[in-house]
Amino acid sequence: MADMVVVREQGLYCVPGQFYIDPWRPVERAVITHPHADHARAGHAHYLAAASGAGILKARLGAIHLDSLEYGERIEHNGVTLSLHPAGHVLGSAQVRMEYRGEVWVASGDYKLEADPTCAPFEPVRCDTFITESTFGLPIYRWPRQQEVFDELNGWWRRNAGQGRTSVVFAYAFGKAQRILSAIDPSIGPVVCHGAVDAVNRIYRAGGVALAPTVTVTAIDKAALKGALVIAPPSAAGSPWMKRFGDYSDAFASGWMQLRGARRRRGVDRGFVLSDHADWPGLLAAVRATEAERVIVTHGSVPVMVRWLRQLGLDAAGFDTEYGDDEAEAAAEASDA
Amino acid sequence: MREFARLYAELDETTSTSRKLEALQNYFSRAAPENAAWAVYFLAGGKPRQAVPGKLLRQAAIEYAGLDEWLFDESYSAVGDMAETIAHILPAPERQSDIGLAEWMQERIGPLRGADPETIRAALFGFWSELDWRERFLLAKLIGGGFRVGVSRLLVTRALAAIAAVDSKVIAQRLMGWTDGTVRPSAAGFLQLIAAQSGQEHRLRGGQPYPFFLAHQLAGEVQALGELKEWQVEWKYDGIRAQLVRRGARNYLWSRGEDLITERFPELASLRLPEGSVIDGEVLVWSGADRPAPFAALQKRIGRKALSARLLAELPAVLVAYDLLEQDGVDLRELPQHERRALLEALVRDVGQPQLKISALLHARDWEELAELRAESRERGVEGMMLKAVDAQYGVGRTKNVGTWWKWKIDPYSVDAVLIYAQAGHGRRASLYTDYTFAVWDEDAPGGRALVPFAKAYSGLTDAEIAQVDSAIRKSTIDKFGPVRSVRPSMVFEIGFEGIARSSRHKAGVAVRFPRILRRRADKSIDQADTLAALRRLLAAAP
Repeated sequence: MADMVVVREQGLYCVPGQFYIDPWRPVERAVITHPHADHARAGHAHYLAAASGAGILKARLGAIHLDSLEYGERIEHNGVTLSLHPAGHVLGSAQVRMEYRGEVWVASGDYKLEADPTCAPFEPVRCDTFITESTFGLPIYRWPRQQEVFDELNGWWRRNAGQGRTSVVFAYAFGKAQRILSAIDPSIGPVVCHGAVDAVNRIYRAGGVALAPTVTVTAIDKAALKGALVIAPPSAAGSPWMKRFGDYSDAFASGWMQLRGARRRRGVDRGFVLSDHADWPGLLAAVRATEAERVIVTHGSVPVMVRWLRQLGLDAAGFDTEYGDDEAEAAAEASDA
Repeated sequence: MREFARLYAELDETTSTSRKLEALQNYFSRAAPENAAWAVYFLAGGKPRQAVPGKLLRQAAIEYAGLDEWLFDESYSAVGDMAETIAHILPAPERQSDIGLAEWMQERIGPLRGADPETIRAALFGFWSELDWRERFLLAKLIGGGFRVGVSRLLVTRALAAIAAVDSKVIAQRLMGWTDGTVRPSAAGFLQLIAAQSGQEHRLRGGQPYPFFLAHQLAGEVQALGELKEWQVEWKYDGIRAQLVRRGARNYLWSRGEDLITERFPELASLRLPEGSVIDGEVLVWSGADRPAPFAALQKRIGRKALSARLLAELPAVLVAYDLLEQDGVDLRELPQHERRALLEALVRDVGQPQLKISALLHARDWEELAELRAESRERGVEGMMLKAVDAQYGVGRTKNVGTWWKWKIDPYSVDAVLIYAQAGHGRRASLYTDYTFAVWDEDAPGGRALVPFAKAYSGLTDAEIAQVDSAIRKSTIDKFGPVRSVRPSMVFEIGFEGIARSSRHKAGVAVRFPRILRRRADKSIDQADTLAALRRLLAAAP
């Protein structure tokens, strides 16, 4: 049987269904796994996404023609049965399940296996062929227990607050920032969010996700700011926006912070190992859980994952995508991870 | 171990001096003395010999993690640090260990040295099953002999001074010799290190040197230093900075890295000095001529295991005396520079042996005339000048609080060269191509004009420039041999270096000293890079 999903110059393409998954060039029909910029681009004629991600997708892309599906809800399109299943990456992230003439393919988008109170947990979906991401596809990436990371983060904040120093965490404005907001201890002090983070918070809250109370930087007096935790996107680092915090301690929350070298290149005081992607054991566990015999690896450590999966006896290959998988872009990717 | 691993992580995670100091004080005020003693040893720069060969450590980690060698190599090239790679690939521990650093060093790691591979493997598996990743990282560093931490010795000294409530200069003095490996760190040693100051300080010193006083690089205009007569001017020699200590009827020669090198230099070991003298100076090879031999000659001396009579005759070593730190057992460091100098001159005269030379004072009418004299540095085989405030005390480390020493170095040699190979860096530069090999044109190569490699350099670019070059390297890779990429020649850099010597071990036939990147020459095409003939001309003109 011919491959159900192939790579075209516009993106991953479901051949019988005649639709694209996270295409990078304008197409007629696009199924969006999640609203991060490299997966959800502007310019498509029709969008399909998970209902819980619709709010953010509209906020980011403006007036688009969007249909949405609840997780698990099935539709037929050109003979392909399509459904979306939680990927655990960020609010509204989905794996795309496609069934055609008894064969099942699943495209994972980005995913993680850890629990995250801001989004539905990853659901293993049985399939014949699994298309997986591989952002952290090296055995050096093994996430610490997230409670430990949050305890460290709270401890760092508490200590800074005790010393009258603002704590600034740089984190991706959509997803990571909210995950932090759902896990910090708000009794330590006020929480200030950068405008870019605040905009996403509103959508999360509207979707019923509980986040710690936050204020904007203009609504807080200078004295209170000293004990505050500030959450800002990485692009705010070194910008004039930071000047108001005086002598602050800064941190970066990302899976890349696992490596000392990456942390030092960032030049922040602290690195918190917190990723919305699966680590090495997570990727392998996800692959196993699908029971797929064939695995196609996209963006990240493609050659490594492919070789290892082959050694494990799977039929593995790579897809060349434009989801920022070039190792040269590791630094830019860090803001997404 | 856990406490020390936590301290290491805290020191590693912050760039703030005050936070590092706080972490050190916290650690030293809580740690058991026997553990603190080992911590001091490592933090102050102690380097134990490798307990387990790197290959064995790596092999055991691969087995324990259930990985393949290629997967380990991929991981290593992403991390750029063997110990860190090992720490990250191992599965989670089964239990926790509360064993202290001293017991780790003495009972667990020490006995592995020279043990058979099977014993080592079993021991490592046992260790890993009870350590978290931070501890495993530290363990691999301690075992592999590659422990380094981003904390200056000065800071360790300050932290110890604070918890001991003793002047940090006294602590610095007591710390001398802690790291040379001759004395095993012990609880008693640590307690002595932080004990209240006593009248016995000098007696406790033994053959230890004083902390070296280090010079600052002069960046601005020399005229800004004020009146020339306020400065004692000497040549800056390119040898081994050392202190020669005479106590207890024995000579001890210490390098600036606090290695005891007495045995390497029998002519200095046998120098007849009055009891209770300490001379600061430069070890150089100096035979007959009115100038020292190039550093390469000294390297030959250091490199040889056995010092034959012939070698000693061909390459005789001298100590060029800069300063007198102790006379008749009395510490002179708080005397002004000019008074110490007078005492030093008298001492060198009285000793009257050729292997002890005085560092000549240089005189000029004004800064301009001095600058003219400095222009002769290269032909005199020196690196420039030293400017020492005439009233300076002999300070501790690179400080300015009791007077200042400046090094006024000559500009380096420079050539424009082409980048032809690149290798990923380590640590902060892991997974970035930062170590480069540079080539110049050999016009007479057998097959026609060809690039011939002459130097490796890995410092001198900013992070932004590194990112650009890294990206260009990835795009122009021709071939990969292990970690090395061969790139299509396209980028020209100005390479600076301090010295040039003939070499049969280098393809270009020359070896340069301290090569570094001065700047990227984006304005030049590779055809405009320098030639081997130009390097040979520099060689011919070199002393």
